[in-house]
Amino acid sequence: MHEIIEVGLTVNGRPHELRIEPRETLGEVLRDRLALTGLKVSCDSQVCGACTVLVDGLAVSACTYLAVDADGRSVRTVEGLAVDGRLTPLQQAFIDHAAFQCAFCTSGMLMTATALLEENPAPTREEVVTGLEGNLCRCTGYAPIVDAVLAAAAATAEATA
Amino acid sequence: MKRVIERPTPPSPISVSVPRRDGIAKVTGSAQFAVDVVVPGMAHAKILRSPYAHARIRSIDVTAARAHPGVIAVVTADDLPDVILRYGHALADHPMIATGKVRFAGEPIVGVVAEDAATADEALRLIELDMEPLPAVTTVEAALADDAPVIHEEAAEQRPHRGFEEDISKTAANVCSHSRQHYGDVDAGFAAAALVIEGEFRYPMCYAYAMEPYTTVASWNQGQLTVWSSAQHPYMVRDDLARCFGLPLSSVRVVVPYVGGGYGSKSYTKIEPLTAALALRAGRPVRLALVADEAILTTRGDSARVRVKSAFDAEGHLLARKAEVLLNTGAYAENSPLVARKAANRLSGPYRIPAVDVTCDAVYTNTAPASSFRGFGAPQVVLAGESQMDEAAERLGLDPLEIRRRNVLKPGERPWPKVRGIDADLGADMELAAIELDWDAPAEPGRGKAICISASDAGSEPVTTAVLRVHADGSATVMCGSTEMGQGSNTVLAQIGAGEMGIPLERVHLNQSDTGMVSYDRSTGASRTTTLMGLAIRDAARDVKAQLVGWAQDAIAKDGAEVVEEHEGVRVGGTFHDWGAVVRAWFAGAGGECIGRGYVRKAGATEAMPPFWEVGCVGVDLTVDEQTGRIQIHKLVTIGDVGCAINPQLAEAQDVGAAIMGLGMATREELVYTADGNLLNGNLFDYRVPRASDIPPLATVLVERGDGVGVYGAKGGGEGALNPVAAAIANAVFRATGARLRQAPFTPERVWRALQERDAAAS
Repeated sequence: MHEIIEVGLTVNGRPHELRIEPRETLGEVLRDRLALTGLKVSCDSQVCGACTVLVDGLAVSACTYLAVDADGRSVRTVEGLAVDGRLTPLQQAFIDHAAFQCAFCTSGMLMTATALLEENPAPTREEVVTGLEGNLCRCTGYAPIVDAVLAAAAATAEATA
Repeated sequence: MKRVIERPTPPSPISVSVPRRDGIAKVTGSAQFAVDVVVPGMAHAKILRSPYAHARIRSIDVTAARAHPGVIAVVTADDLPDVILRYGHALADHPMIATGKVRFAGEPIVGVVAEDAATADEALRLIELDMEPLPAVTTVEAALADDAPVIHEEAAEQRPHRGFEEDISKTAANVCSHSRQHYGDVDAGFAAAALVIEGEFRYPMCYAYAMEPYTTVASWNQGQLTVWSSAQHPYMVRDDLARCFGLPLSSVRVVVPYVGGGYGSKSYTKIEPLTAALALRAGRPVRLALVADEAILTTRGDSARVRVKSAFDAEGHLLARKAEVLLNTGAYAENSPLVARKAANRLSGPYRIPAVDVTCDAVYTNTAPASSFRGFGAPQVVLAGESQMDEAAERLGLDPLEIRRRNVLKPGERPWPKVRGIDADLGADMELAAIELDWDAPAEPGRGKAICISASDAGSEPVTTAVLRVHADGSATVMCGSTEMGQGSNTVLAQIGAGEMGIPLERVHLNQSDTGMVSYDRSTGASRTTTLMGLAIRDAARDVKAQLVGWAQDAIAKDGAEVVEEHEGVRVGGTFHDWGAVVRAWFAGAGGECIGRGYVRKAGATEAMPPFWEVGCVGVDLTVDEQTGRIQIHKLVTIGDVGCAINPQLAEAQDVGAAIMGLGMATREELVYTADGNLLNGNLFDYRVPRASDIPPLATVLVERGDGVGVYGAKGGGEGALNPVAAAIANAVFRATGARLRQAPFTPERVWRALQERDAAAS
């Protein structure tokens, strides 16, 4: 029998009390126990960024981040971005710029970029490129993704000006 | 010659960059991929893989694994006497699970099914393998040596889906298939030559890294098999499953949700037969979801050794080409016989070469199986062919662009007898690239530019059907077997359906890739979908409209009034009826529908092979750091010669994505095997694909001459921009430094070594 631990975490603003095995990753808990399947596991070794979620505002790789370490913390996933069906400027910019094709990387890319823009609302192109360095995309060649993040920053600045 | 592109009467969604129809699902995380499919009662599988590249299996002890709590089934080849283990659309040489021996490190030997994946993983460690290692070969040279160990002792059954007609029986022990492209008098060409360029080039073993690893869910119900899978070609997978399990085609349903990247690596059958076998023995639905480290051992691209010599006259006209291409095909044939066939073809252009003799052998080795990978056959040989064009230009004192002008095929010209004339103007494309690169500007020291081109006989075979249903409210559903793997078929095909029917795009829905629900399409690959499925949808639209006009005659124009077809419906005696009104009138009720059919086959416009040529035209401008060998690209130009861009934004995205994938293979990517057959860099740490910071400034030009066979003159895109990238970089490095690169990827170390060789030769 495997050990069971109780953890409490907030996911997209909703509190959850869960009984999990210590070996479970945050990705497994989000996907398999909470049915938040937007995050995708690709490399399974913290290289590709497809599984990126935010824990207390920081981008982490859910494929290797143990769920027990999220105890008492606040987790945000791609499902928490749009509110009442209204896309964030970043999500809209991804659509407008064709910043994805297969989209297996997109949830992680959006979460990394969300954290980036929260920390730095007006990044330069170089800062966006550096910020996305840990997120792989095999379809787009990245240029449209960088364009989309910059466009989202500009749209947000305009909306709040 | 410019053709007018005939498009539907506006307002039409054709040639409009409408937003992707999968956009909202993909940015909100709700898009469903194979790994998101959950079937009630589903169990989870893990695979024990061979640690040896070549070994005989003496015995497998699964007693402890079977007894492990939570384990449902432990399956070896011995547990599957009722299943045909060997599959393959070209050669049925690939056992779904090792039987008797293994032929590459990573080959599946045992499958474990358990209540969850972690338990299955635990049970794997309880299995004891007793194996006798055999000598292994990992290179084509070792595999073709006289004393080489034989990898396949028995001949495999040739299958009808290999994509070409020639026999591919073995010519040597470890030769999987032999292809030859031969026409004209090659000896006479070389005898008349003023210049002969000869050399050897190597293209690396690459991993497509579709970010979604191979994933399959299989479920049996009363002898019917349903499989959800990350497959590009659901109908090809269906055929293999039906054969392995002795089922009629109608008893196999293959469903493909959104595919997380394909690039050819998800063409044809992968883990579906094994997952279905595990589900059969477990008596439960089973999910087998690989991780990337396993995917990298499942399929890769063929590496190539190309020995080629080209004969030129004094003015730089090609007279003849002779070449021997060897592909490292790995342990199983997969699609490599077709890769070999295409490599032989694709070294035979895109120039007017009076005489050609190119052989290409796909060679078995004890490495992971090679198969389709974006552009296959072309990138492997274009490096060689295009390097020799620049070498010849250098020797003859010609501008590299000028030597290409003298040789490039003109629109309509056939590169070799009995093929479709080329449906592109590559000469004009080169001039566009030259403008983007400011070609005639004086060369700066240490800076090099190059333009390279390619032509691929693309489109696969035209075996494609579509169904278009017009509903009682006038909306429509298109049903087709094409897969959405990111390329945007979901959007572009809906645009074609809406444009042909005159129905607003938001009222057209596409159902794709479910062999139980939609009609047949051979494959989603070779850049064929927009062209061939586009034609099938157009024909289905024509068919349904013809029926609806007849229905209007029957049900509305009862007094014999004239029925005039208009774009969105019919006009009868001055009154307009949209298509939905015609459906309702004919059924004399509120419901019903009209069903149109489209068939595309080797007849009419798609009789000549290939269905279309996919051309590539790439320019680069770069400098080289002489101290480190590092290449810095200042501009990467692609000319997307697509006939008609149904959705320009998506067409451009294909060009850019292909070029960057080509850039990765040209500069960094290579799978490296040890001599005893272990993959040294089989993970995403060590196999480094392009990152955001690796992207050079890009310029993409879409060219629309309406010269393709598809709707509105469309033809395929998405591979062309990849094929010449390595050659363009190699030629530009030569122009910048005088050093000739012959082996991709052009890592800083290889470039540095080439610079040392240049200096050694000069001193």
